[in-house]
Amino acid sequence: MPPSTRLRFKTRIFALIVVFSNALGNCLLTLGLRQRYAKLAFAPLDYILAIFDPWVAFGVAFLIVWLLSRMALLSWADLSYVLPVTAFGYVVSAFMGRVFLNEYVSPARWAGALLIAIGIGLVARTAPQTTAVDPHTKQTSVPVAARAPESA
Amino acid sequence: MTINNWALVSLVVVCTVLGDLLQSLEMKRHGEIRDFRPSGLRRHLGALISRRYLALAIFFMAVSFFVFMKLVSVADLSFAVPATAASFVLETILARLVLKERVDIRRWAGAALVAVGVALLAR
Repeated sequence: MPPSTRLRFKTRIFALIVVFSNALGNCLLTLGLRQRYAKLAFAPLDYILAIFDPWVAFGVAFLIVWLLSRMALLSWADLSYVLPVTAFGYVVSAFMGRVFLNEYVSPARWAGALLIAIGIGLVARTAPQTTAVDPHTKQTSVPVAARAPESA
Repeated sequence: MTINNWALVSLVVVCTVLGDLLQSLEMKRHGEIRDFRPSGLRRHLGALISRRYLALAIFFMAVSFFVFMKLVSVADLSFAVPATAASFVLETILARLVLKERVDIRRWAGAALVAVGVALLAR
């Protein structure tokens, strides 16, 4: 498999993991907080106790998966690529809010979801990596795959 | 939506922007993660733990997370998630200016569409 195809494939797999772990984590967190706590105060003890709620605990576990997979993704892909592509999570969150939390999703919100999907389609066609930092020199460099073709 | 909710949204946005920028910078400095075996992941985590900016990034993300918990306890998830997405626009601009990423016309167009979509989702 050519390196650019391998990079694109790996990027898409990780983008999916980032999107679904985040949406699932947020949904479970909300479900747990709504069941146990009407309103959270800013007292630290409230947050510690909330984490022991099973739904909140599962939500936090998914958010840890989200953090680690996003860190891995950002180790090779641009932030300006990762942000729009993983914005699909907003669509998934709206959908989960509608299905699992019985929240109302207006036609304007669904139109927003469609625009996000078109935006993702545009960004997903660009190269995931246009810069890289050499771990030894700490200097930003442009990877070979993203350089302009040299004249023969 | 109350002013208090928008204050929470602003705090989430600022912390998210700082957290993501620092995280992206440090992960690029670390280099591409290729080894996903348990031993490889342990080695990567060991190397990443000593990175100061990454620790700072995780601190900002933790603040963002706890403020977000507070926000979702008082507001709808379908408001909270899209409203905090204002960070997305700021981060794309800063990725160009600070991280020197090459943001071409397709990325700007895609970013603009996603931003408008997120604004609609927050209504």
